[in-house]
Amino acid sequence: MTTADVHRTIETVWKIEAPRLIAGLARMLRDVGQAEDLAQEALVVALERWPHDGVPDNPGAWLMTTAKRRAIDQLRHNRMRDDKQAALDYELQPDAMTHAPDHADALDDDIGDDLLRLIFTACHPVLTRDMQVALTLRMLGGLTTPEIARAFLVPEPTVAQRIVRAKRTLAEKHVPFEVPRGEDLAPRLAAVLEVVYLIFNEGYTATTGEDWSRPALCEEAMRLGRVLAGLAPREPEVHGLLALMEIQASRLHARTAADGTPILLLDQDRARWDRLLIRRGLAGLERVEQLDGADGNYALQAAIAACHARALHARDTDWARIAALYAKLAVVAPSPVVELNRAVAVSMAEGPEAGLNLVDALQNERALRDYHLLPSVRGDLLFKLGRCDEARAEFERAAALTGNARESELLRQRAEACVER
Amino acid sequence: MRVMVIVKASADSEAGGMPDARELAEMGKFNEKLAEAGVLLMAEGLQASSKGVRVRFDGKQRTVIDGPFAETRELVAGFWLWQVRSMEEAIEWIKRAPLFDGGMEIELRPVAEMEDFGDAVTPETIREYETKVLKKAAKLREKAAKH
Repeated sequence: MTTADVHRTIETVWKIEAPRLIAGLARMLRDVGQAEDLAQEALVVALERWPHDGVPDNPGAWLMTTAKRRAIDQLRHNRMRDDKQAALDYELQPDAMTHAPDHADALDDDIGDDLLRLIFTACHPVLTRDMQVALTLRMLGGLTTPEIARAFLVPEPTVAQRIVRAKRTLAEKHVPFEVPRGEDLAPRLAAVLEVVYLIFNEGYTATTGEDWSRPALCEEAMRLGRVLAGLAPREPEVHGLLALMEIQASRLHARTAADGTPILLLDQDRARWDRLLIRRGLAGLERVEQLDGADGNYALQAAIAACHARALHARDTDWARIAALYAKLAVVAPSPVVELNRAVAVSMAEGPEAGLNLVDALQNERALRDYHLLPSVRGDLLFKLGRCDEARAEFERAAALTGNARESELLRQRAEACVER
Repeated sequence: MRVMVIVKASADSEAGGMPDARELAEMGKFNEKLAEAGVLLMAEGLQASSKGVRVRFDGKQRTVIDGPFAETRELVAGFWLWQVRSMEEAIEWIKRAPLFDGGMEIELRPVAEMEDFGDAVTPETIREYETKVLKKAAKLREKAAKH
């Protein structure tokens, strides 16, 4: 193996091992920041030694042993500094280290719990959303600072700063390394899921193909979702979110034309949808139902996505069911955007008139004041009803509101089409 | 990227031998780790080739050949489908698999994605194909409308 090969191997091993390493160390040290630093130090040692000594047979255990030695030094150091620190009681017998690989294996048994704690800590509410995202990708994705920066199209120092601040904040606020219990769990889990979905959307909304690291962000979010589903198999919303992401991602290849123009859901070539992801998503939804979670926010969104996934042709779409699901979603997660989507579904199921009634009820909604899809949808319904002058005004208003040049052009074309009719 | 990890048949698997409880547990543990890392998409074991058939194409003729088949080492006994970030990552994972110490060769093959078709599928060829299909569809619609 050349040094370059070894470095590539180390990088790969790192991506696989980082979450387990950091989670295990954090349990020992009760400090995620310190845990990450020590894990990084172990990585540096590997970079120094493996090119000479060769890659060890069990690289994960090697990294863990190296990092734990340093962790124990750190604990001793902490003990000298503060004798009362509770963390010290943890496995401090020196002879534990002479059987280091066993030690790492023993740690393996609890690794699932540790990973779950790590996710909850990285998404702790004392951190801003930006920090949560950066920390999650860094500690659970094993992504480097430049990789995170590239994925989010922000400068590297910004990401580095977010990570440093996040770690400092966690330490300063004495955030415990634990999974919340009882009634604290639901809101905290919701925050974790939101972070994962945010990562997914960041990848999903970047449609053009120039920067391939962004679809990779979708994959990373789905990977995190799968990890979560494995760690918290009894939480229906976890399966709901994973199903939602998988079904949406199944359309990734079909949602842009060769020249980069976005293709709307109903116009997509469904043969290009990824059947494996759809199948997995539908299976995930079944799991949600078994867990009595079909009325959860993500579960409902996933169920809506599933209606489209099940229809082999756009014309086969079960709009009545979609409208009913939106009605439920409007109760669980009320928002004017959900109402607008419901209006579209209702118009498809019952006709434009019924949809227009719902849209008109949203006209004075402050949150939608500058939202181009409101006049765009209204224009479409008016057009279908033959009220072309009104439709034209709506399309023009929508075109002025959108920031996307391609979309604006499309809306102007629709406005012109109203005149011709 | 997705990688298919192909496990070749052995004399034992061809004889219909199934893993014992200990082996199943070990493999289960490995699969758990894969799942825990979000890598595992599918894991399937195939039945012996005696339960399978081959269909040979020769011109217009199709001949069904019953198993079992020879060339044991070339037969597939099972496969995983993994979602990984690189081929290197898949290799790192397979190195950790249990049960193969007796001398096995596992084949790892990246699953072809749209962008992997390279020059054969360019934006132009896709567009050309789409225009062709769309034209055909339009013609069919016209025809349908006339009836």
